[in-house]
Amino acid sequence: MKYDSLAELVAAAEANGEPLSALVLRDQAEIAEKTEEELFKTMERSLQVMKESMQEGLDPVKRSASGLTGGDAYKMQQAVKSGKNICGKIFGEAMVKALSVSQTNACMGRIVASPTAGSCGILPSAILTIGEERNLSDKELTMALFTASAVGMVIANKASIAGAAGGCQAECGAASAMAAAALVELCGGTPKMCEHACAIALKNILGLVCDPVAGLVEIPCIKRNAGGVANAFVAAELALAGIESAIPADEVIVVMKQIGDTMSPALKETAEGGLACTPTGKKLCEKVFGC
Amino acid sequence: MLQVFDIIGPIMIGPSSSHTAGAVRIGKYARSILGTEPVKARIRFSGSFAKTYKGHGTDKAVIAGILGMDTDDARIRNSTEIAKESGLDFTFVEENIDGAHPNTAEITLTDAKGKVTLVQGASVGGGNIVINKINDTNVSITGKSDTLIIPHDDVPGMIAVVTNILAEKNVNIHGFSLARDHKGGTAVMTIEIDGDIDASVNQAILENPHIHASTILKAI
Repeated sequence: MKYDSLAELVAAAEANGEPLSALVLRDQAEIAEKTEEELFKTMERSLQVMKESMQEGLDPVKRSASGLTGGDAYKMQQAVKSGKNICGKIFGEAMVKALSVSQTNACMGRIVASPTAGSCGILPSAILTIGEERNLSDKELTMALFTASAVGMVIANKASIAGAAGGCQAECGAASAMAAAALVELCGGTPKMCEHACAIALKNILGLVCDPVAGLVEIPCIKRNAGGVANAFVAAELALAGIESAIPADEVIVVMKQIGDTMSPALKETAEGGLACTPTGKKLCEKVFGC
Repeated sequence: MLQVFDIIGPIMIGPSSSHTAGAVRIGKYARSILGTEPVKARIRFSGSFAKTYKGHGTDKAVIAGILGMDTDDARIRNSTEIAKESGLDFTFVEENIDGAHPNTAEITLTDAKGKVTLVQGASVGGGNIVINKINDTNVSITGKSDTLIIPHDDVPGMIAVVTNILAEKNVNIHGFSLARDHKGGTAVMTIEIDGDIDASVNQAILENPHIHASTILKAI
């Protein structure tokens, strides 16, 4: 398969009466000239690293290498534990995990780029939160990662998953769309519903620029991971309720690329625009690099 | 063509695939090219690497690579302490290299016997790198497949000598480049090959008196 159309992947899975993950695993094993078991095992290792990467960022006092960030995942966790956070347990837990994985990344901890280091909190948070909530097995969670990666491949092939090429919509947008599809499959939705969830997630983040303060993967990236996983849950929830995206996912992906192409270079990971150039952004940059 | 693990992966130490994971790989390649245990390292950061290396941990990443660590090694963040304990003397210099890619590091390694090797590499995105200089010679090594690096005297027939050996061993070449410092001086062959290569190939190549060294760099 060429992974240049989500609609084609969905049609193939539906024709076989199987979830996207089964189709993708079989096809990828064939391409790599490996067995499905071998590929599954490699992906299972990524799932384990994702789980481990939740821990370090939860530290209340540990700061990132630059000293700019730290402690937010802990604060959110305390809020969820108190039972008083406004979005309830699942949403709260998802935000804790997304913040934590991203913070681990900023602290030079071990993470799985999914699809990038800057957006590494979104997908792990989505699948591990729903996994805990619904007592899903590691096997199910690992399979969902194949569905997510198929979505990521289509986005990378038709558009981009790099902030430097497409802005944050390409990084956190791709991660949200991947996570939304994984959530739908894990909750028993059809491949078609996965496609709608992707479209909705991407539509909700279209146009978002990549404007990291001091060029570091911290401000606003860490909080955007929390926003990204919330977006994934919203998109999955809508799709599972039977709500359809009026614009098909493949067309949303193409327009995401077009928007990225028209975006000023100052807003694509160069730290020459957006939040990076606010008075406070500049001050923080000076604090870290003295320039 | 993209595959699943290009999307979910790599497993890496943060925070940045280009400024951290790529930097580890450049350091690791420099070590492989030296071929022995380095005791001294001088790292020159250029462009974005020079401006932001502290915030991205690029300094720790390069040292980790020089110590032989992989991109997912949890010891990366303590690599400078580990280097000091193991007797590796290192210095960082911020100094632009004209015309170089924005994310460039130039690494000069010295081993206990005084052998010196200079390696210049660029981190070109997503953890991918290009080694573009070894000592005085321009090269282009991506590390996507096993690569043979062969410095030799700039005399006629050297390409034939090496490629005949590879042909006999049934090794397929998919990339080849040759550059020299000056006529009659030292030339360097860079040969990218399919599949694995075993040490017997190296032995056979080294038998030729005009060949100074033959190093197999494994794909990273």
